Amino acid sequence: MDWKWFHRLASPPYIYGLAGRLIPWFAWPAAVSMVVALYLGLFVAPPDRIQGEGFRILYVHAPSAWMSVMVYTIMALSAAIGLIWRIKIAHAVAASCAPIGASFTAVALITGMLWGKPMWGTYWEWDPRLTSELVLFFLYLGYMALRSGIEDLAQADRASAVLAIVGVVNVPIIHFSVEWWNSLHQAPSVMKFGKPTMAWSMLEPLLLMLLGFTLYFAAVLLIRLRGEVLRRERAATWLRQALEG
Amino acid sequence: MKPLPLTAEPSGVDGVCLTPRRASSWQAATRVFLRDLKLAFRKRGQLIQPIAFFIIVTAMFPLAFTPELTRLREVAPGVLWVSALLASLLALEFLFRDDREDGTLEQYALSGHSLTGLLFAKTCVHWLLTGLPLALVAPLMGGALGVPIEAMPGILAALLLGTVSLSVIGAIGAALTLGVKRGGVLLSLLTLPLAVPVMIFGARATELAIRGVDAAAPLYLLGAITVLGLTLGPIAAAAAVRISLE
Repeated sequence: MDWKWFHRLASPPYIYGLAGRLIPWFAWPAAVSMVVALYLGLFVAPPDRIQGEGFRILYVHAPSAWMSVMVYTIMALSAAIGLIWRIKIAHAVAASCAPIGASFTAVALITGMLWGKPMWGTYWEWDPRLTSELVLFFLYLGYMALRSGIEDLAQADRASAVLAIVGVVNVPIIHFSVEWWNSLHQAPSVMKFGKPTMAWSMLEPLLLMLLGFTLYFAAVLLIRLRGEVLRRERAATWLRQALEG
Repeated sequence: MKPLPLTAEPSGVDGVCLTPRRASSWQAATRVFLRDLKLAFRKRGQLIQPIAFFIIVTAMFPLAFTPELTRLREVAPGVLWVSALLASLLALEFLFRDDREDGTLEQYALSGHSLTGLLFAKTCVHWLLTGLPLALVAPLMGGALGVPIEAMPGILAALLLGTVSLSVIGAIGAALTLGVKRGGVLLSLLTLPLAVPVMIFGARATELAIRGVDAAAPLYLLGAITVLGLTLGPIAAAAAVRISLE
């Protein structure tokens, strides 16, 4: 089998061009699926029996909470790849992931607070999942702060990679905290074994929104990755040639 | 040709002989341990600083909150754990920093011995000089917060286990921030989120002990976290130190 395509992924000029070509392929489907999911979620799905119309914030809250964990995992994975095989582009991917993940975490926290006010009667409840999400936000902040604190780029890459891998310990804790501590937070109703307890008309927009968020993440990641490559390769001749076209 | 005879003079740092053929990795780690202890005891005034810090912070809570012992007893686990966490962090910044600046860490990395072992020895000294005294003083400060005498073994056990993890986790943070010029605040920003599980289970065990309930379950979980930290932490710390030396 020919592995050339795989090895080329580690080359900044190739990635720069590839990312540029791929962005529309992720961005447009992301926009379409998010708009459709919003329409289905806000107008088609029936109101919840207990929570009424208020539950609809779920369609933003749950996907961003999922994404916050998923982006962290992707960040740690690419950081580990960069650390083990010394692939610079993997470090660039990890660096591009961090601000996106932090934003998803912030969105999950804010929508959770807005949802909490009518449902629990308070904006902030020291519920384990909210708290873990907050800790995840701090982990992202720490990662970005460490990255900006170290001047030497290669050293910043490798040190923050170690931090990302160590922080991955927190990701399963977020997941299991629901079972570890009794809490106000409703038990997950989608990721259960067997049949989901959610009606299909409610679930469908949620899954579509998750797809949309994932595609959106991919598109933004590629845009940020291009920026990161530009910053890292600013002295390279290929870049000057590419920009002068 | 025969290999040259090894010199009789002590090589390495501060008279600690680190030449691979003359000392096993275990011996080298022991010597680093003794060296750090000796250095710490040269500056005896600094030794009590974490404890003094812990006592002062704990004493601030009754002043800020209420002098009523019944109400203080309820917040005692949190007060003890947050103060212990901060006191442990305070001493961490200089765990590796001085040794990096005078090149000692570089010599350790070049010595041919396991860097993990040598750094673990340093972490042990940190625990011995901050974690252990904190664990011993915490039940007494708990007493000042209205905690009954019967709860003290539980508090001691929780603090003993917890401070070990704090030292190990903190060592990773200290190693990661070596490349940062003024890394004190960043060190806290990195270490505190990672220490969350330790604090949750430690404070939970302390709370159960104060209420006179069996605290075995959170203590086991705390023990599990400590074992996990002891196994993986030193490896991560050594990797981080190596990166900072590149």
